[in-house]
Amino acid sequence: MSVPDRNIGGELLKVDNISLSFGAVRAIIDVSFDIREREIRAIIGPNGAGKTSMLNVINGVYHPQEGSITFNGQERAQMKPHEAAEQGIARTFQNVALFRGMTTLDNIMTGRNLKMKSNFLSQALYWGPSRREEMENREFVENIIDFLEIQAIRKTPVGRLPYGLQKRVELGRALAAEPHLLLLDEPMAGMNLEEKEDMCRFILDVNEEFGTTIALIEHDMGVVMDLSDRVVVLDYGRKIADGTPDEVRADQAVIDAYLGVSH
Amino acid sequence: MLEFAFQEPMFALEVIIGGLLSGIMYSLVALGFVLIFKASGIFNFAQGALVLFAALTFVKMLEFGVNFWLAIVITLAIMMVLALSIERVVLRPLVNQPLIILFMATIGLNFLIEGLAQGIWGAEVHSLDLGIPEEPLEGLMDAVGISITYFELASAGIAAAMVFGLSIFFNKTRVGRALRAVADDHQAAMSVGIPLQHIWALTWAAAGIVALVAGMLWGAKIGVQFSLALLALKALPVLILGGFDSVAGAIVGGLIIGALEKFSEVFIGPYVGGAIENWFPYVFATVFLLFRPQGLFGQKIIERV
Repeated sequence: MSVPDRNIGGELLKVDNISLSFGAVRAIIDVSFDIREREIRAIIGPNGAGKTSMLNVINGVYHPQEGSITFNGQERAQMKPHEAAEQGIARTFQNVALFRGMTTLDNIMTGRNLKMKSNFLSQALYWGPSRREEMENREFVENIIDFLEIQAIRKTPVGRLPYGLQKRVELGRALAAEPHLLLLDEPMAGMNLEEKEDMCRFILDVNEEFGTTIALIEHDMGVVMDLSDRVVVLDYGRKIADGTPDEVRADQAVIDAYLGVSH
Repeated sequence: MLEFAFQEPMFALEVIIGGLLSGIMYSLVALGFVLIFKASGIFNFAQGALVLFAALTFVKMLEFGVNFWLAIVITLAIMMVLALSIERVVLRPLVNQPLIILFMATIGLNFLIEGLAQGIWGAEVHSLDLGIPEEPLEGLMDAVGISITYFELASAGIAAAMVFGLSIFFNKTRVGRALRAVADDHQAAMSVGIPLQHIWALTWAAAGIVALVAGMLWGAKIGVQFSLALLALKALPVLILGGFDSVAGAIVGGLIIGALEKFSEVFIGPYVGGAIENWFPYVFATVFLLFRPQGLFGQKIIERV
């Protein structure tokens, strides 16, 4: 479905020869790939291929033993997740990680955390500038709520929502940060067909309307092939293929990895 | 004796009001627990020790001849340093550990801070005069015959102000939201750019401030001494009743426990030989737990299966 005039820019993120191990377990072995501005990049592979580990490396949760990461032209050493957030990387989690006791609105408001600057003391007193800032950010969040069509659950504690809606709220929280790069870890896992179609539409809309670069992990091959501009395939921690959906689909190594090989 | 309560409504009212006012004092201690629980999901066993430490530091400053307000500032500064060190030395290495581990760490902290407080400042009993008179308000006494002291009134006012401030802070501000976010999910909080360390240091500093206020008022009431550390136990039924994560709950819980304690002592106590004030709140809290484990205002935990 790749539209010809996709307006894809230069390299936004580049991982070079990344290796990550936990003790004797080698989760990622010498993987390199890049993500370009405004593209939708999928990372696929069988279970245990190292996809989520890769996302965690980009996000700063894991620190690879070898290799380097260049984001926005800056090569970076180790980094903490909140520093990644400061640089414009937002994410969602494989098993929804929302603030369960808070309402949808408050959850998405936490995504504005870095956009709000007023200091602690004036906030504690809740006076002028802090109050105004709260209002402005609230407006931004209301727009996201409209965009994701979740007005009806604005005030509902997210712990009570069905799974599909929780995933949507989580996407909302990531969007609230106005990210440069959005990492989605299995955004459609556990959804029914209708929810999946909605989620696909949101991902495409985000990419188109805000020009957000998106890297996503997904198991549903149909979704991956429809959504993404380019796909990187991991298997047992190694990169086995990288290219357009059509190229990857035809790749013998990929077919072997997914269907198994007879020896 | 219960009939007596109905025959003498003014007396019953006075008992209840007395209870409510002492309940406010429990609320002050409970608030410190709520702060840390809301921001990290752990029951901070060391809160009582923090109260003791703050009160001892403050009273020692006064004894050194430091001006009253300067003593408050110095004590606050020391509580901040303590909070920052706790975050750096104890909490930071325990990021992403199960909550029970953090809870155990606070038990250790409790003994450490208790020891530290007495090691540095000595174990004598100090009297503390905040300059708030202990006399009853005369107008009220003359008009309705109920005795409320200036001190009790001042404590109630201070507690009310703190609750009001904390409620707005938690519910309406970015930092407040960040605190709640950290309590819910460390990973997710970091992913939206909330630095865990700052938030924890901030919470403990706030708990230190609350501990100082509680320590000053309690210290003025019963003297600054080791038993201040045991106030933590008095806060338990308050927290069970009000809900561990609710600021308003700490106050309402404190009021209910305070009133219940005095009322039961005066009107039910004589049936069972008296002195039930000390255990009645715990029994009540235990029974309450069976029916409403999340407390009156606590967040209900709904697990989708």
